[in-house]
Amino acid sequence: MDSHTLAAQTSETAHIEHEHPPFLRHHFASVEQQRETATFGMWLFLLTEIMFFGGLFCSYLIFRNWYYPAFVVASHSLHLWAGTLNTTLLIISSFTMAMAVHASETRVRKALIGWMIATIILGCGFLCVKAYEWHDEWVEHHVPGLNFSPQGFLHGTHDYPDDKLQLDMAEKTQVYFSLYFAMTGMHALHMVIGVSLLSFLLFQAYGGKYVNGHVAPIENFGLYWHFVDIVWIFLFPLLYLISRHQ
Amino acid sequence: MSTIVTLPDQRTATLPKVSYLNKEYGLKSWLLTGDHKRIAVLYLISITFFFFIGGAMAGLIRLELLTPPSDLLAADTYNKVFTAHGIIMVFLFLVPSVPATIGNFVIPIMVGAKDLAFPKINLLSWYLYVAAGCMLLWALVSGGVDTGWTFTTPLSTHYLNTHVVTAGLAVFVAGFSSIFTGLNFIVTIHRMRAPGMTWFRLPLFVWSHYAASILMVLGTPVLAITLTLVVLERTIGIGVFDPTKGGDPLLFQHLFWFYSHPAVYIMILPGMGVISEVMSTFSRKRVFGYTAVAFSSVAIAVFGFFVWAHHMFVMGISSYSALVFSLLTMLVAVPSAIKIFNWSATLYKGSITFETPMLYAFGFIGLFTIGGLTGVFLGSMGMDIHLTETYFIVAHFHFVMVGGMLMAYLSGVHFWWPKITGRMYPEGVSKLAAVITFVGFVLTFFPQFILGYLGMPRRYAAYPAEFQVLNVFSSAGASVLGVGYLLPLLYLTWSLKYGKIAGSNPWQATGLEWQIQSPPLTENFVETPIVTHEAYDYEWLESKKENEVPTVG
Repeated sequence: MDSHTLAAQTSETAHIEHEHPPFLRHHFASVEQQRETATFGMWLFLLTEIMFFGGLFCSYLIFRNWYYPAFVVASHSLHLWAGTLNTTLLIISSFTMAMAVHASETRVRKALIGWMIATIILGCGFLCVKAYEWHDEWVEHHVPGLNFSPQGFLHGTHDYPDDKLQLDMAEKTQVYFSLYFAMTGMHALHMVIGVSLLSFLLFQAYGGKYVNGHVAPIENFGLYWHFVDIVWIFLFPLLYLISRHQ
Repeated sequence: MSTIVTLPDQRTATLPKVSYLNKEYGLKSWLLTGDHKRIAVLYLISITFFFFIGGAMAGLIRLELLTPPSDLLAADTYNKVFTAHGIIMVFLFLVPSVPATIGNFVIPIMVGAKDLAFPKINLLSWYLYVAAGCMLLWALVSGGVDTGWTFTTPLSTHYLNTHVVTAGLAVFVAGFSSIFTGLNFIVTIHRMRAPGMTWFRLPLFVWSHYAASILMVLGTPVLAITLTLVVLERTIGIGVFDPTKGGDPLLFQHLFWFYSHPAVYIMILPGMGVISEVMSTFSRKRVFGYTAVAFSSVAIAVFGFFVWAHHMFVMGISSYSALVFSLLTMLVAVPSAIKIFNWSATLYKGSITFETPMLYAFGFIGLFTIGGLTGVFLGSMGMDIHLTETYFIVAHFHFVMVGGMLMAYLSGVHFWWPKITGRMYPEGVSKLAAVITFVGFVLTFFPQFILGYLGMPRRYAAYPAEFQVLNVFSSAGASVLGVGYLLPLLYLTWSLKYGKIAGSNPWQATGLEWQIQSPPLTENFVETPIVTHEAYDYEWLESKKENEVPTVG
């Protein structure tokens, strides 16, 4: 065999070695490296999200210590059933999302699409309940800056007759509601982004993607979705369950 | 004066036929590119644009301060001008300066990768930067902002009628651009290193960018939520920072400085990375105490998160917490000093040459040291109470940011210019520019230390007549400084067409980026490199040259 044919052969084997799935980007050496990189990037992004919500949680901590009575009374004015329903919806949606990732890994297209649709419906359900609550708070004049009135916190309520605050402490419920709207608002914004992204992924999955071993986008979206869920798991007790036994 | 520059024979020298610059043509191939080198060039152009806008604002400030009364600008116009100067220089120039341009260009090459981990996110970060820039320009054109770059509440939320919301959102968007850059760097440094490129073989430039990226990723989101709350307070009227509703303006200060103090290290750390590379190359020695310099970057990043309240010593925080923050502030001086000492030790018994990047780097070391030491003055509470809100502060952070970071940026731009463009800048005029910048800088900002010590407050358009002499010095220096910055713009542009062809390694440096052609190929390396030696191994380079067999014909 002369050197010329040898060279040709090597280049041929090299070509076979370079055959790779269509979703492998040119700057990665292997599918595994690409998947690890994407997941690492997602975790890092979630870290920035923790810092983003961290600013709000830190403010909450300070003001709750300062104005505890106002926080208790304001918390009692929220609908416990709505918060509980939303928590349930989100926990189930985390389950359906986990099943969607599983379906992508086991390459079952119908299951993938089904679980994604279920997740979208549950996410939208959450947003509807949240919108109902916000509307209710608007009606009761609990929105600081726009139509706030401390009147509801001065005389006690049917369920909590002892919820009587002095006027200056009743004014402090504005801080509670400022944080309430900022926190649930930011969370809802993340939900809206999540539902939009998921709809886009669903559209692509409908076209046959993500059941050929290319799991990373579904997996990383799953991480995002669980993160948004966990934020709510913290928001629910902090906002709804302050001293409910009183 | 000796030199180590080895340019190819200029009669026969040619640029490589294919490079990242000429692989594709047309505006679309630039605006939709995923190539980190092209995105770096896009950043370079846009950052230069905003630098000169911010610089023009600085010129206006110095012109107004030439005379004691507020005559050139009305007081409220002056407020808008210094606010624009601050916001543009901090968020649109200093934060992205070295990382987004030079870092973007060389970090993937330094670690031996074909690109950053997420090319599309890299491009998105540039578009976010441009969007932020446009929003800010819109805020300026439609009437300006006069909060100062710190958006202090309740001034920004209750008392001003200017475009605070637009400017605040612009900074929010610019923050996302910076988060994406930092995230990309961290993931690239962790996951994309070439075989054999261990953590302690990485150039110190990569280490300092890693530290700065941690700050970007952890700090910037806090600024984002803070500005969101300011915008919500201004538009809707929520009350987190509003004392009439039970909120607390001091909380704003805590949250804002939790980002904005580490942001100072976001700005300076990449500059320190540049200095490490330049010092080592032009001393022909490995950086003294490589490990110490690497870890001092990380230490600065870690300590940097725990000093923010030193901006608030006069704002009524508890004196015990002020004590702790004062101590922690002084601790930051330790890793910074480690760097300065190690760079000086690198020079010892090195074969030093005085190319332009080295001149800028010397400027950095002198000016940054003064800036850093005056920072220790300000970190001690007694001095701080005397000097808060005076020109001493202004001089201090300009010594660090302009004398430090801008010098490092220009050093880096000159150092990697042959790699980026494939051509050399003109050596003589660039040395002149480096010296002019240094002289202009000292003349501008040294008098401000004295002015501040004498009690001249910052952020006023007028001042008592007794301060005029020093202010005239400062304004005269600013015009010299302006020449120092215009010169590189002119000769670097000139060199794009007329500069000498640089060849792949004009500095005879050891880094991976110098082992490939200039300008590089789109995929950087033809084959994935395997790294077998330490960074800055000049002995290895020497022995490699000794064993080279000269060929004829």
